[in-house]
Amino acid sequence: MTTTTLAVLVPVLPLLGALAGLALGRVAPGFVRPLAVLPPLAATVLAALVAARQHGGPAIDAATELTPTGSVPVELALHLDGFAVVVAVLVAAVATCVQLYSTGYLREDPRYPSYAALVSLFTSAMLLVVYSGDLIVLLVGWEVMGICSYFLVGHYWETPEARSASLKAFLVTKLGDVPFLIGLFALAADTGSFRITRILDAVGNGGLDHPTLIALLLLAGVAGKSAQFPLHIWLPDAMAGPTPVSALIHAATMVAAGVYFVARLLPVFAASAAALVVLAVMAAVTMAGSALAALAQDDIKRVLAYSTIGQLGYMTAALAVADRSAAVFHLLTHGAFKALLFLAAGALIHAAGTNSLTAMARTGALRTRAADAYWTMTVALLALAALPPFSGFFSKEAVLGAAERAATGHTEAAPAVAGWIVLTAGLATALLTAAYATRLWLRAFHGQGAERPVHGPQPLVINVILWVLAAPSLALGLAYGVLGDWFGGASLAPTLTTSVLATGLALVGGLVTYGTWRHTTALAAARPRGPLEPQPESEAEMATEALTGHAPDDGDLAERPDPADPGRLLLGPLHRHAAAGFHLDAAARTLFVRPTLAAARLAAFLDREVVETYVRAGAAVPRLLGAAVRKSQTGNAQTYLTVLLAGALVLAVAAVLVTAAGA
Amino acid sequence: MHLAYPAVLSALLFAIGVYGLLARRNAILVLMSVELMLNAVNLNLVAFDVWLSTTLRDTLHGGQALTLFTIALAAAEIGIGLAIVLLVYRNRGSSDVDRLRDTAETEADDDAEARAAEAALAADEARVATPYDSPAEKAEAAR
Repeated sequence: MTTTTLAVLVPVLPLLGALAGLALGRVAPGFVRPLAVLPPLAATVLAALVAARQHGGPAIDAATELTPTGSVPVELALHLDGFAVVVAVLVAAVATCVQLYSTGYLREDPRYPSYAALVSLFTSAMLLVVYSGDLIVLLVGWEVMGICSYFLVGHYWETPEARSASLKAFLVTKLGDVPFLIGLFALAADTGSFRITRILDAVGNGGLDHPTLIALLLLAGVAGKSAQFPLHIWLPDAMAGPTPVSALIHAATMVAAGVYFVARLLPVFAASAAALVVLAVMAAVTMAGSALAALAQDDIKRVLAYSTIGQLGYMTAALAVADRSAAVFHLLTHGAFKALLFLAAGALIHAAGTNSLTAMARTGALRTRAADAYWTMTVALLALAALPPFSGFFSKEAVLGAAERAATGHTEAAPAVAGWIVLTAGLATALLTAAYATRLWLRAFHGQGAERPVHGPQPLVINVILWVLAAPSLALGLAYGVLGDWFGGASLAPTLTTSVLATGLALVGGLVTYGTWRHTTALAAARPRGPLEPQPESEAEMATEALTGHAPDDGDLAERPDPADPGRLLLGPLHRHAAAGFHLDAAARTLFVRPTLAAARLAAFLDREVVETYVRAGAAVPRLLGAAVRKSQTGNAQTYLTVLLAGALVLAVAAVLVTAAGA
Repeated sequence: MHLAYPAVLSALLFAIGVYGLLARRNAILVLMSVELMLNAVNLNLVAFDVWLSTTLRDTLHGGQALTLFTIALAAAEIGIGLAIVLLVYRNRGSSDVDRLRDTAETEADDDAEARAAEAALAADEARVATPYDSPAEKAEAAR
């Protein structure tokens, strides 16, 4: 088979798996698991084959025109460059891991067949985005992902949180997608094609008339999809979905799509220095803000969600200094360790029976109870904090190195101011990232207190997947030389200055947090604690709670200020605002939700009071007239005859008069 | 004989008939008034027939023929009319025209109709009840 055929099969296989899974879910439940796992697995193998054949060489392009459109043609096109093939391997591999993990994690779920089919469809859409050489085809995958995330985040639709979170995810990403679509059309209008290759050629020849406008329009869609400030607000709430879905959304699909899109069309964005500065500011605000918010969150999944936002900030920061190799490199390592973090968090939540870090800090022996989750999560957190030699270190250093080169004027592609913004924010975020990673680790695994009742062992497949993902989290960074070749020969090696600075800051962040934790724990231990965790009624209930990921039994506990939380001391008065995500949800509510609701109410009022009044008048006036006329219907035939006679007389007299007057 | 005498007589008869038709309450008398009117017309027909045959030498005597028709029709009409009056009397114990008002529109009819219309309107409104006033949204707003 040619490389092109193999590449076509990669997105098609999960799609077929999804369709078959949806069709057979009720008829033949025995086929659901193989249909969920095998297509992504086959896609992984094929994607790896494609990657091996392409091997960083010149991009492979193939296209077939679907139908003549009259103006700008839309073609089914593949554009396989080094970035596409490597990202596709990541996507397919993470999707396979998620599907395998889900067979264990959601084994009792009644809606597992549709869930698995949607995950496959999600994967297929992302692979389509990755391989597509035509922007309209890419947009199809982009939107299919949007609807899949809506369904998957709302998987537990019985709960109001899941319903509103799925709606929020859909609406917020759509808010970005509308300008994105306009941007695509503007780009096609300027270059005369939707094909990526032709657009890049046109940009290379200076063929863009409105580079800043196009770049900013496209950035809106990217910010929505990749959860960048100010459109990131959907991501923390999307935790209402099942944990494997969070892993899939955060690691390989959905949020990666935005970064990958910019990486693919980087010359379009680099054509406008203003767009790059906007991107840099967006990335800087996102990074620093999300890291502060992550330090204050109590729900472990929300901490991870904010950390995803921050790491995506690093990727957009790399794009802001026009270094797509660093961005995609960080995308790869982040995909590995964030998938691991979420899947391990799922196992941990299952073991602890709660989402809340406060509750975990008051539960002893979680380290031994969830030993696999403990060790793999330690690896992933070290990678997140970017300590050498874990994978996150190399990719983050690649980003910071690129920022340094831009700041000191060693590259022509990006303005120096963008470099400085990225460098400053990146270093500050390195400190904060290490701090919240340490806090998460200490609070989750080093709690003291009564043990919780055990409710069932972990399925073996969950632990196996955790260790499988731990390997790339540990060692993927060491492949920077190989990946550099793949990405067109760019150097991804860490530079000395930024490495020392960032690692030093990360160590400071980690150690300060550790010191604060010792201090606060000692303080809290000295003081008598309030009434502790109310125990759930039965083990079965606890297990369902843990699996569904909502912890009502800890609801009030999480609200209460916990003196043992190092984040509270570190952030000081900022803690309250950071815990609320800097009130951006409230701002969005004031700016968008309230006006929309008010407009809806106005429309309802106009419809009910104005439009319907006309309709009612149309009925009421004839009725009134009818009532007036009916009064004359007395039922007395003699009255009718009298009126008839009188009328006839009047007519006759009138006729006579008229004739007399006419004569 | 001058034509004026029968013409005036017939007009008087017709006027009495009209008065009786519109003013009498007894159905039998109403029928008799109809007979009066018919016969007034008959008188006219005969009188003008004679007048036409003398002045214009008309030999067809259409007036007389039409009078015979009218008499035959009036006989049939009164037969059916009396039968109806008899049945009405048997059923209701009265042949008073003023009381035979089954086809009248009453206030009760009006009210019933209005009520039915309003019920239909309310049902319509309930069907298109606003979806965005869900309880969750209300709770959110309250919070």
